Amino acid sequence: MSATKPCLLVLEDGSTFEGTHFGHDGESCGELVFNTAMSGYQEILTDPSYHGQIVLMTYPLIGNTGVNTEDIESDGCDLQGFVVRELSPLVSNQRATVDLSTWLDEQKVVGLAGVDTRAIVRKVRTHGSLRAILSSVDTDRESLLKKLGGWQGIAGRDLVREVTCDSVHTWTEGLDSPFLPHVERVAVGSPRLAVLDFGIKRNMLRGLAAAGFDVTVYPASTPAAQVIEAAHDCLFLSNGPGDPEPLSYAVDTIRELTQTGLPTFGICLGHQLTALALGGRTVKMKFGHHGANQPVIDLTTERTEITSQNHSFVVEEDSLDAGKVEVTHVNLNDRTVEGLRHRELPLFTVQYHPEAAPGPRDAFYLFRRFAEMVASHGTAAS
Amino acid sequence: MPRRDDLQRILIIGAGPIVIGQACEFDYSGTQACKALREEGYEVLLVNSNPATIMTDPEFADRTYIEPVNVDTVARIIERERPDAILPTMGGQTALNVAVGLHEAGVLEKFGVEMIGAKYDVIQKAEDRDLFKKAMEKVGAAVPPSGIAYTLDEAREVVSRIGLPCVIRPAFTLGGSGGGIAYNPEEFERIVNRGLELSRNSEVLIEKSIAGWKEFELEVMRDRKDNVVIVCSIENLDPMGVHTGDSITVAPQQTLTDREYQEMRDESLAIIREIGVETGGSNIQFATNPENGDRIVIEVNPRVSRSSALASKATGFPIAKMAAKLAVGYSLDEIPNDITKETPACFEPSIDYVVVKMPRFAFEKFPEADDTLGTQMKAVGETMAIGRNFKEALQKAMRGLETGDVGFGLSRKDPFRPGAPRALMPGKRELRKQLAIPTAERIQAVRHGLLAGLTEAEVHDASRIDPWFVRHMADTVKLELEMSEFASFEDVPASALKRWKSAGFSDVQLANHFGTEPARVRTRRRELGILPVFKRIDTCAAEFESYTPYLYSTYESECEVVETPAPKIMVIGGGPNRIGQGIEFDYCCVQACIRLREQGYEIIMVNSNPETVSTDFDTSDQLFFEPVTVEDVLHIHETQAVQGAIVQFGGQTPLNISLGLKRAGVTILGTSPEAIDLVEDREKFKALLERLDIRQPESRIAVTAEGAEQAAAEIGYPLVVRPSYVLGGRGMEIVYDRRALVRWVEEATEASPDHPILIDRFLENAIEVDVDAVYDGKRFVIGGIMEHVEPAGIHSGDSTSILPPHSLPDAVVDVIRDHTARLAEAVGVLGLMNVQYAVKDGEVYVIEVNPRASRTVPFVSKAIGISLAGVAARVMAGESLEEIGFTEEIVPEYWSVKAPVFPFTKFPGTDIVLGPEMKSTGEVMGIDANLGCAVYKAFDAASRTLPLQGTVFVSVCNRDKESVADVARAFHELGFKLLATPGTQRSLESQGIPAATVFKRGEGRPDVVDVISNHEVHLVINSPSNEPEARVDEKAIRTAALLRDVPTLTSVFGARIVATAVESMRRSGMRVRSMQEFHEELQAARAT
Repeated sequence: MSATKPCLLVLEDGSTFEGTHFGHDGESCGELVFNTAMSGYQEILTDPSYHGQIVLMTYPLIGNTGVNTEDIESDGCDLQGFVVRELSPLVSNQRATVDLSTWLDEQKVVGLAGVDTRAIVRKVRTHGSLRAILSSVDTDRESLLKKLGGWQGIAGRDLVREVTCDSVHTWTEGLDSPFLPHVERVAVGSPRLAVLDFGIKRNMLRGLAAAGFDVTVYPASTPAAQVIEAAHDCLFLSNGPGDPEPLSYAVDTIRELTQTGLPTFGICLGHQLTALALGGRTVKMKFGHHGANQPVIDLTTERTEITSQNHSFVVEEDSLDAGKVEVTHVNLNDRTVEGLRHRELPLFTVQYHPEAAPGPRDAFYLFRRFAEMVASHGTAAS
Repeated sequence: MPRRDDLQRILIIGAGPIVIGQACEFDYSGTQACKALREEGYEVLLVNSNPATIMTDPEFADRTYIEPVNVDTVARIIERERPDAILPTMGGQTALNVAVGLHEAGVLEKFGVEMIGAKYDVIQKAEDRDLFKKAMEKVGAAVPPSGIAYTLDEAREVVSRIGLPCVIRPAFTLGGSGGGIAYNPEEFERIVNRGLELSRNSEVLIEKSIAGWKEFELEVMRDRKDNVVIVCSIENLDPMGVHTGDSITVAPQQTLTDREYQEMRDESLAIIREIGVETGGSNIQFATNPENGDRIVIEVNPRVSRSSALASKATGFPIAKMAAKLAVGYSLDEIPNDITKETPACFEPSIDYVVVKMPRFAFEKFPEADDTLGTQMKAVGETMAIGRNFKEALQKAMRGLETGDVGFGLSRKDPFRPGAPRALMPGKRELRKQLAIPTAERIQAVRHGLLAGLTEAEVHDASRIDPWFVRHMADTVKLELEMSEFASFEDVPASALKRWKSAGFSDVQLANHFGTEPARVRTRRRELGILPVFKRIDTCAAEFESYTPYLYSTYESECEVVETPAPKIMVIGGGPNRIGQGIEFDYCCVQACIRLREQGYEIIMVNSNPETVSTDFDTSDQLFFEPVTVEDVLHIHETQAVQGAIVQFGGQTPLNISLGLKRAGVTILGTSPEAIDLVEDREKFKALLERLDIRQPESRIAVTAEGAEQAAAEIGYPLVVRPSYVLGGRGMEIVYDRRALVRWVEEATEASPDHPILIDRFLENAIEVDVDAVYDGKRFVIGGIMEHVEPAGIHSGDSTSILPPHSLPDAVVDVIRDHTARLAEAVGVLGLMNVQYAVKDGEVYVIEVNPRASRTVPFVSKAIGISLAGVAARVMAGESLEEIGFTEEIVPEYWSVKAPVFPFTKFPGTDIVLGPEMKSTGEVMGIDANLGCAVYKAFDAASRTLPLQGTVFVSVCNRDKESVADVARAFHELGFKLLATPGTQRSLESQGIPAATVFKRGEGRPDVVDVISNHEVHLVINSPSNEPEARVDEKAIRTAALLRDVPTLTSVFGARIVATAVESMRRSGMRVRSMQEFHEELQAARAT
């Protein structure tokens, strides 16, 4: 065991938790959220949707399987900090290449261990998500509170700009991947898919590639005209961090593209932006859904899927025009909207994460369903 | 999908007696099923022969059949009750096998009974190895290379193909009975032969051994809409090669990445769908290769199992209850989560703590048995512990196990404890061996190895225990070494103490290390404010509010105990099951909870046994899942304004800590610890009996070996010798001469170092009587008087007993009543009392007084239709028997017979002779208007079905030759053929009873063992002699009988009652009747 250094977590309400530091030595502000998945911290750490947030894991033992080169969801870490009860003293997994603390140091992510994480979760559950500051360089509570006061928070901010890709590129990984659940390749030929990257997780791209799409990824701010010009067969709207409201450019792009009748599938932020484009409204949730055990019922089949989720904002059902948009999926825990379908346009979206990574892959079939929709649409159109 | 309205009457099949591999987890599941189905308005019928279960209490089903759980009897019940459906998934392998048998016999079809929960073809697919293999191949799941054999030759062919080492698994057996790993051809043939014998259809599966791979289990639930959820993942600390029931297991899994876990999850979903488990819980076991992640499916159980009990307790998700609701049509999304109330059960629990389960073994009871752990389960119980880290959970589990380990090391017997003589420390070489061969002690060998200088890598290499677990244990050892940096306990700073407590070190461990008292450690901790908090088990990692106070302790900052104004009583449970302290005590604790809650008390339950009903979160108002130790109970006590604690219902475990609790200020309800001490203190108790003018076998106390010999000479042989303060007759023996006494003294001082040796005269061939009674300080009522079939000297837990007494004269029974009443008053009993008597030549002797709930309380309660434990609990809380309305002894007109069930088949090499040391794991009950039929049913239920015709083999020791004659005559007159060894044959012939002879071992062939092995004998009467030379032959006879399932009587008393049973059953045939009908009869009789 190496020498321990203190690290402080101070919340906006002034509550302070002192533990030991791991990962990067530094300081950062973020919105504190908790994730209840018991495995998959590496995927969580590399999920760009956590940009702007400090993630606390409710499972107390983290780092057991170290970090490997395969289970990564983006180029690196975009989150603001990581809080665990106990950091594993040893890595035990045949695929691991490095331990979590060393890797987080490389990724410039501050880690805190040794605090009563359950007490913090109960606080967040009661008060809602809290703004927080994490520091291993400044252990003065007052000073940290002051710094936190100067942080603007995530609501109303465009965080997507900071995590989307820089340029248009293609994606092929995922074809014959040993790690994906079996996805039948439905697509006739290889439909040319435009992906709007709002902070996309790689497993979505892998799932799309595996389903047979010819995938081209566009930066979030790409104008609709550029996509239309490229004459894609279909459109995918990715996940991403933060509040959808300020992303008016993306909402406009989506409105424009979907109105052309382009078959479209959206996940998470992509789902929320689509709702906004269709005239709906989103609101910030008390503490969001972040975990791998959320039950979602498919209202058309009455079957429940156990889903992976990560969102702090949600589409308000009564804001939608029921004549145009149908709610297809609902969260069984709190009855919030989990999926939409347009009644006329070839368009469906889900709030949860069918690509899993981490979490159950019950909904992975949605990639195939999208491919089927594209195929049937193509047939209908021609 | 809503409740099925086309069903009205549902028959639940129970698991029968507690045996190794099938224990009280099926009381938990059956009880939940009964409750869930009645809640839905179904009429619930139940069959279970085990009287010690909560589910067989009359209030849990509409009709409860305490009858043998076999195809024949259940068919009769079906014919009589005409249920619409049977639910066979709650009663373990026994219930599944009976359901399969009922289907195959056409009974279900004949009476139009539907199998719900699991269909016939599903059971076949999961159980039939060939079908299973095909199903796995279909979904692309790998299974180990294997083959099926029905003969030894076929087995040889299979092994030539797959190679050694290999695992041999007999089909359709409990707990992997008869299986094993073979490393060489001799071992292979031996295990195959045994497996073919034990398998219901003489079938064994031989598969390539993957010993050393990591082992995982997933608990899966599916409903009729095809919703599937994983309730819990479990990782075994002991790698493949050790039966999961014998493994230390951890939840959730620790060493899989999410990808690897999700692949396993996907495969589980595919498997449960392919097997076709339509509704309910299943358990799937996997192995993964730590080198490359390759995964193999080991086993699927399409029913509630021991692991589902564990998963339920580990997560707060009541699998059995859900499974019952799913079986009658509900889907998971329609059932609320009991803990969060607002969210549905259709989700996967997320836990924010670590759970460790440890098995409890009983090898000390079977010294001849092989204590190596393998594919056949040997554990008799288990304990579960919860912590916020692995070290804490592991240490809590180890101290909850009550094997003398007070955690991971630092017990008094620890050879590596500071100050322990170096000579006792095993060397590295020996330790490597202990690590390589799995036994109950291997976990301690990890610590010993690390302390002796083995590296973590060496420990892993030898044991194949995952490096992650080894590291945590190594870190625990480091913390222990850190203790040595302080000269005395007073020097220890708060920070270090906090660190040690967070890693699960108990006060006792710290006291042992520093050579101080646990109380001193406790006081110091309190001064420094180092106290645990209690956190909730809520299924959701605090994401939602929990409404159910299900708690565990840990060293953290925030405590989640909520104060309530209601009057509170704490009930302390018995911890892990073991021989001598089993489900009976959990039954008593649960009855106390139920009856006191009815009276408006809030019940705080403390226990560490995941298999039990007492640890269901809806049994009490607040459940603390904690080790039953002074330290842990006091922590709970400090958070609650408790009126008092009940320590008399959980067996010896809570009694052992009652003085410690009382000294620390806990009010003990009922009989005072001092009164308990009075009866445990031989001298004081002897004086008391003398004052009361009640006889007792002459006795002495000795504290040295010489003293023992002298005392023996004064009393005269034979003698009963025992250490004081024991339960289940541990270390107790009957000695016939000085040589035996000396040998025993040398060994017995191990059993209880702090207490002296008790030496009593042994009353040979006396009738033993057990009495359970209640006393409220004024009024005394007998619960039941039971006459044992076997003579005094056989542990009461191993005896067959009959209520009411069948052969004792009224005058003797009256003396017993009088003695019991006067004893209750003189001892100062408040609540339950059990007294054991021996009656010899018309004289009544007191053998033992236990001022607490006894093992027979549930049996008596069911026999007389009154919950004795419930009555006693109310007395302890302050009510009088008058107020409760239990003022008179109830003597039923019908007969209730209790018979023990033994684990001998699990411990090859053990002799089945009974003695003062208890060996049974469970019991069954037979009830009938006719005594013989009740006895027959009890034997039938204990899987010792008596023959109605055939051949009886008789071979008795000299002192029994005369008395066995009338038994032999009875069998002869019933038309049985008699077969005897020459000595016995001559004795029988001389009394005019014709018998054929058979060779003794070594005197010619075919000998007695041959004829038994050839199924030519249907009943064996073989009383043990005390000559060591004869014992070897006798043991061979009894072992052969055991292997061939031939009922064996080792006493003439037993044989006599069996003759009556056979005669009665031949005359009247098997009749089934529900317990409620018997009780109604009692009520009617009492009313007139």
